Amino acid sequence: MSSNKDTLKSTIIVALLLCIVCSVLVSGAAVLLKQAQTENKEYARNRDVLVAAGMFDPAVHDKAYVEETFKKFSVNLVDLETGKVLSDEEAQAKGIDPANYDQRKASRNPELSERIPADEDIATIKRKARYAAVYVLEKADGTVDRVVLPVHGYGLWSTLYGFLAVEGDGNTILGLTFYEHAETPGLGGEVDNPKWKRQWPGKKIFESDGNVGITVTKGGAADAGSDYEIDGLSGATLTTRGVDNLVHYWVGKNGFGPYLESLQAGEV
Amino acid sequence: MSTPGIKEVLLQPIFQNNPIALQILGICSALAVTTNLNTTVVMCLAVTVVTALSNFFISLVRNHIPTNIRIIVQMTIIASLVIVVDQCLQAFAYEISKQLSVFVGLIITNCIVMGRAEAFAMKNPPIPSFLDGVGNGLGYSVVLLAVGFVRELFGSGSLFGIEVIPTIANGGWYQPNGLLLLPPSAFFLIAFFIWGLRSWKKGQVEAAEFKMAPQTKRSEAV
Repeated sequence: MSSNKDTLKSTIIVALLLCIVCSVLVSGAAVLLKQAQTENKEYARNRDVLVAAGMFDPAVHDKAYVEETFKKFSVNLVDLETGKVLSDEEAQAKGIDPANYDQRKASRNPELSERIPADEDIATIKRKARYAAVYVLEKADGTVDRVVLPVHGYGLWSTLYGFLAVEGDGNTILGLTFYEHAETPGLGGEVDNPKWKRQWPGKKIFESDGNVGITVTKGGAADAGSDYEIDGLSGATLTTRGVDNLVHYWVGKNGFGPYLESLQAGEV
Repeated sequence: MSTPGIKEVLLQPIFQNNPIALQILGICSALAVTTNLNTTVVMCLAVTVVTALSNFFISLVRNHIPTNIRIIVQMTIIASLVIVVDQCLQAFAYEISKQLSVFVGLIITNCIVMGRAEAFAMKNPPIPSFLDGVGNGLGYSVVLLAVGFVRELFGSGSLFGIEVIPTIANGGWYQPNGLLLLPPSAFFLIAFFIWGLRSWKKGQVEAAEFKMAPQTKRSEAV
């Protein structure tokens, strides 16, 4: 056995067989588990929308609650430049289905996205999609109760993807939650910590003069009762800065600024 | 080569021949995933499964692996297993797989897996190799769980995410030790573990490779 296993022929045969067996194994696992993974992802997204909106408590709510509550939200496509919500016909004309709109994919599609000039790109995302899907919950009288906005930006190791929930006044934050990132577990990864996230509800985005006031500060918020300051994560300076930058970008004039303005004016 | 007994193969790596404490392998992931016990347990399971199965499969084909590509063959088998484990985690333990992120993938480069494949599985039949993999996985787990226990308990005042010591941030009295959440703390804890283990089992103390000169005379300094 050992005498002929080192020949060129058997080396090639072993290598080929190994590659085939391993690739079948790996792709088999990927295909078989694909559905469970997509379901997990979708469920996690719906739940994260609710978490950001302050409507989910893991101790109380279960999977059925998430599915049912998420149905109350309507998905609107927002033109980031004008802040206008696209009607179904307009969305269709662009070939977009709001419910299944993948903003990340769109931001790589030249027709649906644009380059961000370097001096404006504070969140370090390079390209942004022209449209964003926002989740809107209406009150019984038809006015907007809360909106959940998708946000993302670069932290230390990775792009953080999350949701920022804002009340119908277009100014008061309901919550910020990240559903995907690869920041250091225990340090930057603490953006997932419920205790840290609890700082966000009730903070205001805009100061009275209309400028963006919300900031994530390093080394402790100077004034605990401040309407605008969030205490950054200790030991995670760059993640903290990344969160600060991405929030600034997405509530600013290049992000959802125009949309939030029209929300404040009650035009949505 | 005489085949070691089942019990020895399985239990020796836990304290007698611990991959982390004696062989000082696999330290990197011990730093990264031990900030809380949930991720630690999943990581331990993942490494144990990968080590056991990779040992098993490599041992199964050990007589057919050409010598000059054996490392590549081992790596391919290990990498495929790790990808499968990662996919399973994403399908069945989505939340934890998100927290572990890249570190599951990095099991591929964990020296324990590779080390056992090369040192044991290439020379022994499949069943003992499988048990050797389980044993080394357990040895890895013992150290990781000990480190994770201390880091989570004193770093965030909780165990498995359940609060044990009420922290100041939650209105209690305990000020968590932030250092324990940083990777270097795992170095200190592993060092303590090794120190304790070697005080208990004197046979593991390595003989000094050279003797330090007192350097009191000028002739010794140059």
